[in-house]
Amino acid sequence: MREVAVVGVGMNKWGELWEKSLRQIFTEAALLALDDAGVDKIDSLYVGCMSSGLFVGQEHISSLLADYLGQAHVPAARVESACASGGLALRLGWIEVASGLSDIVLVGGVEKMTDVNGNEATYALGTAADQEYECFHGITFPGLYALIARAHMEKYGTTREQLAMVAVKNHANGSLNPLAQYPFKVSVEAVLGSVMVADPLRILDCSPITDGAAALVLCPVELAKKRKKPIVKIIGSGTATDTIALGSRREITWIESTYQAAKRAYAMAGKKPEDIDVVEVHDCFTIAEICVMEALGLVEKGKGGRAVEDGLTSLQGKIPINTSGGLKAKGHPVGATGVAQAIEIVKQLRDDAGPRQVKGARVGLTQNMGGSGGSSVVHIFERG
Amino acid sequence: MEGIIGYGACIPRNRIKVEEIAKVWGADAPSYRKGLLVEEKSVPSPDQDTITMSVEATKNALKRAGINPKDIGAVYIGSESHPYAVKPSGTVLAEAIGATPEVHTSDFEFACKAGTEGMFVALGLVKAGLIKYGLAVGADTSQGAPGDALEYTAAAGAAAYIFGREKIVAEVLETYSYTTDTPDFWRREYQYYPQHGGRFTGDPAYFRHITGAAKGIMEKAGLKPSDLQYVIFHQPNGKFPFRVGEMLGFAKEQIEPGWLVNKLGNTYSGSSPLGLTATLDISKPGDLVLIVSYGSGAGSDAFILKVTERINEVRDLAPKTRELLGKKVKYLEYGTYAKFRHKIRKAE
Repeated sequence: MREVAVVGVGMNKWGELWEKSLRQIFTEAALLALDDAGVDKIDSLYVGCMSSGLFVGQEHISSLLADYLGQAHVPAARVESACASGGLALRLGWIEVASGLSDIVLVGGVEKMTDVNGNEATYALGTAADQEYECFHGITFPGLYALIARAHMEKYGTTREQLAMVAVKNHANGSLNPLAQYPFKVSVEAVLGSVMVADPLRILDCSPITDGAAALVLCPVELAKKRKKPIVKIIGSGTATDTIALGSRREITWIESTYQAAKRAYAMAGKKPEDIDVVEVHDCFTIAEICVMEALGLVEKGKGGRAVEDGLTSLQGKIPINTSGGLKAKGHPVGATGVAQAIEIVKQLRDDAGPRQVKGARVGLTQNMGGSGGSSVVHIFERG
Repeated sequence: MEGIIGYGACIPRNRIKVEEIAKVWGADAPSYRKGLLVEEKSVPSPDQDTITMSVEATKNALKRAGINPKDIGAVYIGSESHPYAVKPSGTVLAEAIGATPEVHTSDFEFACKAGTEGMFVALGLVKAGLIKYGLAVGADTSQGAPGDALEYTAAAGAAAYIFGREKIVAEVLETYSYTTDTPDFWRREYQYYPQHGGRFTGDPAYFRHITGAAKGIMEKAGLKPSDLQYVIFHQPNGKFPFRVGEMLGFAKEQIEPGWLVNKLGNTYSGSSPLGLTATLDISKPGDLVLIVSYGSGAGSDAFILKVTERINEVRDLAPKTRELLGKKVKYLEYGTYAKFRHKIRKAE
């Protein structure tokens, strides 16, 4: 297998992009990535998108987006694995370049979520859970993660304040990210006083509904070396599945798919959790970040909440998590999230993250997750 | 010189508190109170509708104008709750005040800005010299679907304005309209409750159109926010008028006299017109006043008025708006409110 590098990244500001269509926000991000890579022709396209059908009534977007990017006739595939669609698209693009099938592959992610109302968006997102065993009985994602949170609190003594601190930290980071949907700080009191969604989770524990896209360009490291720019390599890629119904898991506070995906990625990269300098995780809800830290082996099982409280994961901490602001502050256009996580790590490893730069970062990790953990994708990056 | 020669308000006496509505739907009342800056809203009695409230508001306007209703050449009611889909509201009003039959009548509908739309046209006809006096009313018994966010604000009220060329209370110095095709809120034929685009009703709708109209009219008039004593914006909730005011550079003090929504709710077509009646009630001769309406779909009408000496003569000839707002208020429980608003019906 060939070594693969990320040579271009592109993303515009996320938010409620009512003046723009799905194809427009994707094309803008993709053109930025192509410009950054210095290429105008791609060999193939992968695009992560969870539910353009339910959100904007448009399927078949792989061809649509290739066409609007001026790349009609290239092979293109849409990748869907719920909220992990972007991460999985990156993995498939990586496989294509690593295998030698293609040299220049564009990996994008997009979701246009605000053209429908809140109920319709909740329904669309709910299709990532087990319809027959979960949704038909009335539960939605905030409800599922609330169950996880309650169980984590009971089992490990994780506190309500510790959950809030995840949001506080991610908003503090997001306030330094001009592309974030909500680039402002929040306080623990604000989180604890915000509207209840599903006890114990309040609105400021939840990632928002977002329109946005992200794109990056992959090529073999050999080709990347010809450019006089810092090289960021993908040195590990792992993905894993699990039951998509939370109730079918042996332990609801443990995200086995993330653990398995990380194990594979660490093994491929020849790295251990302590080798990682900067991390982007899937904080769709504050409790998710805590569970994911544990599954990634960054902290001991059950100690996630305490680690956040101790500042371990803050920008100045030992292992900064979600320097971009995470899903919480940056926004969560589901299909684009996994790709945007990779963009943040690439920026960090290029020493290009501005005020939120983690000094001397050489190795970074992304963890992207579908549903309540029914799928996970982990990538490890290293500055070349 | 043309302008307002008489103005009047009508506010139903019934109220329902945000807490009473939230209780029924298991919603968090404090967050609605804080989020909307609304405490309670007006509710029409079973015998009140857009027409009866228009009549009452017009009678108050006639008291201030002191004219013979026979001389009114145009009668317009702007509302999104005309009692009939087919059959005008304006004819009933014209008949009730004795303006028939030599009168032009029309009903306007443009979500929450139908009232200022009628004002715009009535003023235009006076200005053109086609009629001596023109009457325009903004009135609504607005509906919010049970449990919808709109239910906490959808209220009832009316404001009436008579335009003419003599005995002017507030001269119209400038007008401006700002309109685009922006579908943020709608109710289709045969539907009982409106639908809305949630947060889409904010930035691309309310804020874009109000700032567009306000900037447009101030530029046209060569005025800046500090030149104006008072400003009235459409009041769908308590927060929006202050936020749009801040965006445009107005101080809280300029907005507050016409800010009624915390105790009144959103009276739709009556909203900014009632804010103006409340503001005229406290204005002094020479004051410059800006009013900017907003109607979903979407558009804003703006007027810059200059209050004259005559305000001191007419102010006390009819009830003032804030007096009406605080007079004989009766609080309803949700059940009675539901009956009054025809949300529940007795078996036939």
